[in-house]
Amino acid sequence: MDIFLQQLINGLVLGSIYALVALGYTMVYGILELINFAHGEVTMIGAMVGLTVIGLIMGLAPDLPGILVVLGGVLVAIPACMLLAYSIEKVAYRPLRKAPRLAPLITAIGVSIVLQNVAMLVWGRQYISFPRILPEGQYELLGAHISYLQIFIVVLSLSVMASLWFLVQRTRLGRAMRATAQSKEVAALMGVDVDRVISATFLIGAAIAAVAGVMVSAYYGLAHYYMGFMLGLKAFSAAVLGGIGNIAGAMLGGMLLGIIEALGAGYIGDITGGFLGSHYQDVFAFFVLILVLVLRPSGLLGERVASRA
Amino acid sequence: MLDGLRRHPTLVFIALGILLAVLPFLTGATLGNSWVRVLDFVLLYIILALGLNIVVGYAGLLDLGYVAFYALGAYLYAWLASPHFGIHLPFWAVLPLGAALAGLFGVLLGAPTLRLRGDYLAIVTLGFGEIIRIFMNNLDHPVNVTNGPQGINQIDPVSLGGFAFAGRHEVLGMTITGPYFYYYLFLAFTLASIFIAMRLQHSRIGRAWAAIREDEVAAAAMGINTRNVKLLAFAMGAAFGGLAGGLFASFQGFISPESFNLWESILILCMIVLGGMGHIPGVILGAILLTVLPEALRYIGDWQRAALGHVVVDPNDLRMLVFGLALVLMMIYRPAGMIPSRQRKREFAAEDGVAEQEQASLYDTKA
Repeated sequence: MDIFLQQLINGLVLGSIYALVALGYTMVYGILELINFAHGEVTMIGAMVGLTVIGLIMGLAPDLPGILVVLGGVLVAIPACMLLAYSIEKVAYRPLRKAPRLAPLITAIGVSIVLQNVAMLVWGRQYISFPRILPEGQYELLGAHISYLQIFIVVLSLSVMASLWFLVQRTRLGRAMRATAQSKEVAALMGVDVDRVISATFLIGAAIAAVAGVMVSAYYGLAHYYMGFMLGLKAFSAAVLGGIGNIAGAMLGGMLLGIIEALGAGYIGDITGGFLGSHYQDVFAFFVLILVLVLRPSGLLGERVASRA
Repeated sequence: MLDGLRRHPTLVFIALGILLAVLPFLTGATLGNSWVRVLDFVLLYIILALGLNIVVGYAGLLDLGYVAFYALGAYLYAWLASPHFGIHLPFWAVLPLGAALAGLFGVLLGAPTLRLRGDYLAIVTLGFGEIIRIFMNNLDHPVNVTNGPQGINQIDPVSLGGFAFAGRHEVLGMTITGPYFYYYLFLAFTLASIFIAMRLQHSRIGRAWAAIREDEVAAAAMGINTRNVKLLAFAMGAAFGGLAGGLFASFQGFISPESFNLWESILILCMIVLGGMGHIPGVILGAILLTVLPEALRYIGDWQRAALGHVVVDPNDLRMLVFGLALVLMMIYRPAGMIPSRQRKREFAAEDGVAEQEQASLYDTKA
C-alpha cells in the first residue's frame, strides 16, 4: 500500500510537469490545429538557459538562498523561451499557415532538430547536473515520502494553471484567444488581431514551458540536450488524453499520464512476473496515446468533433 | 543535347545500364573501396525512401516511425539467419518474411490511427518507432531475444548456391570483395522497387491514394474505401522497409538498436521532402544526395585538421543541423522538392485557388 501511495505521489509530481508542457501543445493546437513539434525542445532550452543562469548566479553571489537562485534562473529562462517561440512561429509556421497540413508539421520537425543540435553544440553532449541548492527534506505521509521539492513543483504547477485559467476565461486576451480558436475568420471580423493572438498563444505556452523545463531538471537533478524529445512526446500524449485543444483537458491528461506512468513502472514487474521491468516506463505514454485514439479520439474532456479535416 | 537524348530513349537506357553496371568499379578505382560501400548504402536508402514515399508522397500520410519497420525486417533476418538462435535460413526465404512481418505491423499500427486526422498518425508512428527501439534495447532478459544494446552479430551473408556474397572472390583474375557483389544484389532490388513504385503510382490504387491525399472526404464520396486504401499504403511502405532491413542486416552482418533511432526516420523523410514528395526521380535524387553528403562532409573534418590542427566542429554534429534547416527552408521556399512532380507543384502553389477555397466561405464548418 505504501508503494502505491508513493508511486501516486511521484506520478502526481511528474504529471504536473507533463501538464505544464501539455498546455503549450493544446493551446497552439486549439488555435492553429498544428502540432507544435518544437515545443518539447523549447522546454529543453528553458531548462538549459535556466541551469546556465543558475550557475552564473551561484558564481556571482554564492551566499544567495537556493530558492532565489532558482527563481532567477526561471526569470531569465521565461523571456528566452518566449523570444524563441515567437521567432519559431514567425519564421517557420506563419509563412505556411495556408499550406497543406503536412507542410507546417514537417517544418516543426525541422525546427525541433535544429534546436536540439544547436543545444548540443552550445551545451555539449553530456548531462548537466542541477546544483543541490534547493532546501532538502521531506514529510512522511502514511508511510510514503514527499519531498519539499515535490510539494513545490505541484504547488507551482497548480498556480500556473490557475493563472492561465484566469487569463483565458476572464481577460480580453483570453476572450480573443477563445474566439480565434473557434473561427479565425469571424474573430478577425470582430476586430481581433488574429496574428497577435497567435503570437500571444505561442508566448504564453513558451513561458509555461520554461517554468516546466527548469522544474523537470530540478526534479531529475539533470538536464540534457535530448530531454525535450521524450518530454514533448509525453506531454503531447497527455494533451491528447485530456482532449487536445482543451486547456482543462491538458491539465487532467498530464496528471493522469504521470500517475499511469508511475504506477505502471512500479507494478509492471509484478504484473508480468518479472518479465518486463521498470525501464519500460517510457512505453506507457504511447500505449495510453494509442488506446485513447482507438477508444475515444476526442480525449476525456474533448468535444466530439469530426475526425477528419 | 537534351532533345537528342529524348528522341533516343533506348540509347539513354543502354548508356544508363552500362553506367550502373560499371559504377562500383569506377568508384572503387577513383575514390577508393570505401566508397563502394557508400554506393551500396545509396541503393539501400533508395529502397527505403521509395517505401516511405508510398506512404508520405502518394497517400499523404506522415509516418515518423518508418525506421521501426526497417528494424523489424533487420531483426527478423538476424533471428532467422545467425547463430543467435542457431537458425540459418537462406536469404530468399527470410527477406519476404521480413517484408511480410513489417507489413503486418504496418496494418496493426495503422488500423487504429488511420481513421483519425493525419497529424495523429505522425505522432503515433513516432511513438511506435520509439517503442520498438525500447523493446529492442531491453528484450535481452529474461529471455534473450534481441541481445539488448549489444545487438546481434555474425549474421549470415547472402549466399546463392554456395556462393557467399561476403568475402573475397577471384573473378576474371580480379579480387572482388563483398561490397561489389552486394552492389549488384541491391541494384536488382532497387530496380525492382523503382518498377513497383512506378506501376503503383499509375495504378487504380495509386490514383486512389492521390485522391485521398488531395481530399479525403471527396475521395470517400467517389466510392473509395479510404480506410482500406490508406492501410494498404501503410502496409506496402512498411513492407519496403522490412525488405530493406533484411538486406541491411545481411550486408552489415551486425545490427543493434542504435542503427534504428528516430533520426534514421527523419533522414529518410528528409530524402523525399528534399527530392520531391511523390515523385520517383526526386526521391531517388534525395536519397543519393543525403547518403553521399554526410560521407563528403567527413572531408570537412579532415580539412579542419589540416588547416587548424584540430577539429573545431565535428561534421557529424553539423549534419543533423543542416538537415533540420533544410527541412524548414524547403517547406517554406520550395515545398514541392528539388524535382517536383508536375501535379505536386500545382498542389503546393496557392495561386490555383484549390488551397484558397478552404478559407473563402464564412459558412464553411471547418472541422
